[in-house]
Order: sequence, then structure tokens, then C-alpha cells
Amino acid sequence: MPQSLNHLKESASQTAGPYVHIGLTPNFAEIGGVYADDLGSRMLTDDASGERITIKGHIFDGTGAPLKDALVEIWQPDAAGLFNSPSEMRGSADPYFTGFGRCATDMANGEFVFETIKPGPVPYPDGRMQAPHVTLWIVARGINIGLHTRMYFSDEEKANADDPLLNRIEHRHRVATLIGQRDGDVVTFDIHLQGDDETVFLDI
Amino acid sequence: MSNRKPETGAFFPRDRAWQPDAYTPWYKTSVLRSPQKALLSINNTLSEMTGPVFGHDILGELDDDLIHNFAKPGESAIGPRIIVHGRVMDERGRGVGGALLEFWQANAGGRYRHKKEGYVAALDPNFGGCGRTITDEDGHYSFRTIKPGPYPWPNGVNDWRPAHIHFSVFGHGFAQRLITQMYFEGDPLIPLCPIVKTIADPKAIEDLIAPLDMANTIPMDASAYKFDIVLRGRRSTMFENRMEGN
Repeated sequence: MPQSLNHLKESASQTAGPYVHIGLTPNFAEIGGVYADDLGSRMLTDDASGERITIKGHIFDGTGAPLKDALVEIWQPDAAGLFNSPSEMRGSADPYFTGFGRCATDMANGEFVFETIKPGPVPYPDGRMQAPHVTLWIVARGINIGLHTRMYFSDEEKANADDPLLNRIEHRHRVATLIGQRDGDVVTFDIHLQGDDETVFLDI
Repeated sequence: MSNRKPETGAFFPRDRAWQPDAYTPWYKTSVLRSPQKALLSINNTLSEMTGPVFGHDILGELDDDLIHNFAKPGESAIGPRIIVHGRVMDERGRGVGGALLEFWQANAGGRYRHKKEGYVAALDPNFGGCGRTITDEDGHYSFRTIKPGPYPWPNGVNDWRPAHIHFSVFGHGFAQRLITQMYFEGDPLIPLCPIVKTIADPKAIEDLIAPLDMANTIPMDASAYKFDIVLRGRRSTMFENRMEGN
């Protein structure tokens, strides 16, 4: 027998449930006075560099109904393509931009909204450039393990055509599910959990 | 935060057979909220290998004390007082320092402080149900709370959740992001629960059950439960792919 690898197993995921807001956005859940602000509610200050954009959208279930109890987190680099993370070795990211956002979908209409900046491009491990993108992570009642996906930008047609991840998508009509539609400063990104227009989700 | 050099490698692939499937029809809400197409597998890029890390400056003095962080001055939440403590590690067994943990739970009667909650059990005016902490350099954490009660939910006609505390965990990379639930040793509701049963492997379920830890109880004050959390491990090799010629 060879030596044991001694690897542990990752803790199993469980659904965030319908009351995820109590823990992750308590002020949104009207539990005031515990935290000054909800984590991830503000991604930038006035001094942040880059192009201001608003990302908004809905998450739809298999019947086309919007989820009103989901929670979305986003993670992205700054305008220069640098992440505000200790694991970022290429330089220092913009100190006025966190790169991390968290938003509960509206309890009445299901909309999520992020005020952020347009991310710069980031290299793929083999050195090719990736098109500008935002990573999203979605949890909710009925979702047993958080769903990862990415949003690319409709005004980056050329970069999207060369993007290594988008080029991995075998069924080409599904690429469109990862493209946020830009109109002025607003980028709309709707997510479909299942069905004909199901969003491409990632095993990363 | 740790003084260790930050790690930059790719994460171990997630064992999707160990993790719950998306489609688990006995947990009814999963039926319309589960993707039907295969996930697109992709090697980690910087977008997944980096992640937000939070400093202690975000924490308030009572963030790790759910008995008092919503209570009126001089009062405290009602229920069995417990300490929950443990260690956040990665799959290599290394402690994950500087990891933000957030928790939320029902009160001692199984009632959540949430406007969409309709259970008849009473709210506790001194209990909010949320807390957070950051692990020390070796990955250890602890917080103080009251033991939550089980509660009924509209799934089957007579389904009851076991007593549980929800945990949200940030490691050092966004690919490590995890939400799970901690259960309590000896609870007979655990094997009956459709949400617990979204996990197929009994060993993976056992890993979510916190044992009573008498060694760490505070006599005449609070009992203790120990709950370790394992996040994805990370490749330690420094050799990343490069296009030939680059």
C-alpha cells in the first residue's frame, strides 16, 4: 500500500433556505442594529477608477417565475483587470473598489441590482486574454449547492469571440445566455435556472 | 490574518458525487430551481482562484454573541446557551486563517425573525438570529448563541427541520464559497429531513453533525458543540500552464 493522501472531504453544501437574508443581509431583513451595513452593499467609493455601470436582472425558475428569495454575489476585477485579493500577485488593485457585491433579490419583483464598474480583462492560465466578465454566485431556497456563472458584456463582441471560456461552449446558441445586454450605463443580465433558455452554469 | 504567503494555485476539483445534486425532488422546491443541462467544467482562472478577504474592522464587539447582539441592555435571549466552535480547514488539512463565517438561525422555539415566516411559535424580543466572526491564523473560530428549535415547513404534510444553524463561509478564493448547515448530535429528526437527504453519502451527512463537546462547556453557563468545516484544497505546485513560446 502506498502512503495515504490524507485528503479531507469538502463539507457538503446545503441550501441557503428562504431566510438567508437574516444572516447575509440582516438590514434588508429588517433586523436593524446588529451590523451597521449589509456586507457587499457598497462596492466602490467616489474615488474608484473606471466606468460606472449598473448590473441588474432577475432569476427565473423552470416556469418562468422570478425568484423573490434568492441572493446573488458577484466577484470581479477593477478597471485595470486586478482583483482586490491577497492572492492577486500581479499588482495592487484599486483601493476604492472592493470587487465584491452581494444583493438579495427584491421580495416584491425579484430584481437584483449592483452599482459597480466595468471590469478590465484578465488573462487565462495559458496567457490568452479573457473577455471582461463578472463572476456570479447564486443561492436560494431549492438550490442545494450555489450556482456559479459569468456575465460578459454585449459591447465586447470581439473580445467575447476570442474568450477561452465562451469558446468551450459546444452548443453555440447557449453562449448568448452569458452575455449581459448593455444599454447606456445599465447592463441587464437575466438568469434562467432551467428550460430552453437555461443559463450556462459552471463547475469551476 | 495569517502571515503566511498567500496561495495562488488552482483548487481541487469539487467532488460532485459527494455534494448534493441540484435535482432532489423529495425537497420539492429543487424541482423547478435545478439546472437540467450539464455544468460547464472549466479550469480555475484568476476569477476563481482569487476572492474577497475581510478584515476584523468589519466586526462589531457583539457580532459573535447572538445571545446579546440583538438584546436590550441588561437582557439576553431565551434558550439553552451554547458555544459553537471549531476549525475551518482545507482538504489538505491546513487551517484557513482569516475566513469570514456568517451564521443565522431560528430562536429556541424554532421561529425565524423574518417577515415571510408564518410559524405560530413566538418571536423572542431579545434574539435577532444573525452573527459572524473571522477565523484566527490557524483557522479556529467560536461564537455564542442559543440552541435553535426544530420547526415545521410546508414540504411534505408533516415535515420538520432538525435543529440547525446555517453557515456561510468565505475561504481565500471565490471557488471555495460555501453555504451549509450544522446539525446537533443525537437529533432524531436528522435522518427524516428531506433537505439533509439531498446529500447521498451518509459520511458526508455525518460531517455536518456537531458533537456535544463537554470539554469546552463553560460550567454553570453554556454547553459546547464542535463543528469543523472543510473547504476545497488548493494545488501547491507552482507550475502553471503557459502557451508554448510565451
